[in-house]
Amino acid sequence: MSETALKDIIKPENLVYQKTRLMTDKPLSYCPGCGHGTTHRLIMEVIEEMGKEHETIGVAPVGCSVLAYEFMDVDMQEAAHGRAPALATAIKRLWPDHIVFTYQGDGDLAAIGTAETIHACNRGEKFVIIFINNGIYGMTGGQMAPTTLEGMKTSTSPYGRDPNIMGHPLKITELVAQLPGTYYVTRQSVHTPSAVRKAKRAIKKAFENQLNNAPGLSFVEVVSNCNSGWKMTPVDANNWMEENMFPFYPIGDIKVDGQLVK
Amino acid sequence: MGELKLMKGNEAIAEAIIRAGADGYFGYPITPQSEVLEYLMAAKPWETTGMVVLQAESEVASINMLYGGGGTGKKVVTSSSSPGISLMQEGLSYIAGAEIPILIINVVRGGPGLGDIQPSQSDYFQATKGGGHGDYRLIVLAPSSVQEMADFVPVAYELAFKYRNPAMILSDGAIGQMMEKVEFFEPMPRLSDEEIKARYPWATNGKPMNGERRILTSLDLDPQKLEDHNIHLQEKYRQIEETEVRFETLQCDDAEYVIVAYGTSARVSLKAVKLLREKGVKVGLLRPITLWPFPTKKIQKLVDQGVKGFLSVEMSAGQMVEDVRLAVNGKVKVEHYGRFGGMIHSPEEVVEALEQKIIGG
Repeated sequence: MSETALKDIIKPENLVYQKTRLMTDKPLSYCPGCGHGTTHRLIMEVIEEMGKEHETIGVAPVGCSVLAYEFMDVDMQEAAHGRAPALATAIKRLWPDHIVFTYQGDGDLAAIGTAETIHACNRGEKFVIIFINNGIYGMTGGQMAPTTLEGMKTSTSPYGRDPNIMGHPLKITELVAQLPGTYYVTRQSVHTPSAVRKAKRAIKKAFENQLNNAPGLSFVEVVSNCNSGWKMTPVDANNWMEENMFPFYPIGDIKVDGQLVK
Repeated sequence: MGELKLMKGNEAIAEAIIRAGADGYFGYPITPQSEVLEYLMAAKPWETTGMVVLQAESEVASINMLYGGGGTGKKVVTSSSSPGISLMQEGLSYIAGAEIPILIINVVRGGPGLGDIQPSQSDYFQATKGGGHGDYRLIVLAPSSVQEMADFVPVAYELAFKYRNPAMILSDGAIGQMMEKVEFFEPMPRLSDEEIKARYPWATNGKPMNGERRILTSLDLDPQKLEDHNIHLQEKYRQIEETEVRFETLQCDDAEYVIVAYGTSARVSLKAVKLLREKGVKVGLLRPITLWPFPTKKIQKLVDQGVKGFLSVEMSAGQMVEDVRLAVNGKVKVEHYGRFGGMIHSPEEVVEALEQKIIGG
């Protein structure tokens, strides 16, 4: 295609898609095909659509998304590993009219931060937790996570996760749904266009719950691939996720408006 | 001035927290300081000043609630005792790195480990040398009376916000539990959200309408930037050392010997000085009020003035004595005396220690 032809195409009236305003210009540090970037974007889209960018405080975790604050153009705090729900608890209680969220991976939320997660949920703290579950520690190079599936190979379960030695994968989302303090609990994915649209609706619902001062915490799990940690191509990783992760971590709402979905 | 009240040290500090205009207390029960949370819950300040009080699931959570709340520019505080303070060291390191002003109160008990619930001063190293990982300092104030438990709360807040640095009130189980008369300062109103936003532009409480968003982090993967940040922190610490040293001296003008003691040990040593003076020994007391920054220069002046020996009296196996030795720099004799593990020395024991270790030694 010649340059002239490109100029003819790249015009404001032909615009169908662009970077979300609340994503910074910093290039994402995530691997191609990873779900983090898409999920970041969905959160920022929702905050922009709610018109709350000046009243939002986010808390970033430790893990692959440790630098989430570099990409999200709102006020952000970087927590110690697993402690984001404690930070968010105080922020929300001291600024009850503000929108507060944490963004956490599986090691952060379901291993080292289990106590902070469970107790923030159980107290019914009125913020949003976005939980990325890819069944592996990506940042540190592919070690076993609390959510690693049985038989799944990682660098610290090189022969596959053996529950007799390494314990079982933890369904923390189902667990927090049992607590009276959670108001909305859902599991989504962002690996296909339709999944992205559904995840966007779920994230929007979670944030709107906060806007509406719903009596409890909104918890959105996003099952994601980690193609580099799983040592697969992005396409293979998404297929593997559908075949292996989704049966154990089924997609859909678990608790809506404080009621468990039957 | 206000009326005199008879209160426990822990209750006085809780009342002072409300009066100092604190926005939030987050804590976990542990003996011998549980009265702080109990007092606050009974006082219900959320109905009067609007202050939030929350019992957290652990000290790990408490200190991270301080990170979150302090990071928005609000005045936050936690209190605990030694084992709980150990649990907070991770959070304190992050808070120091991210330069978040917070107040932490340690009502020290005997250690190591679970130790006991009796008063001790064996957390001096942890409080004054950093405590967690990395190069950092806490501003440490050491009250020696119930009155000072109250008075040091607004002082600690002022220092914490002036330098964007965590401040600690390092008390002990004796001062926390004993009852004394206390006269409270007039209540200070809490700052409004607008005042906080205007006063603390670094605070993450919602991106300004006409400005950049703020980030609070202790992470920098670029080692040169992290070194630069550390140099900035060290410059700040030097400035604090230059300007914020606080201490009290008693009968040091003509002293040949000086006892250095803080907190409960200073109270015991006060009596020891009296007993020694009655015997004709020219002894004085130096009571550091800030343990960090430490009154190094004052000790050097005392050496120059002709003091022939220092006795560091602490309810520990000898921790502050190292800072006294560093200040004295080998010029005269420095020894330690103290009971520990929850035991408190008597004035007579201190007298004997000075006579044997310093005068006779």
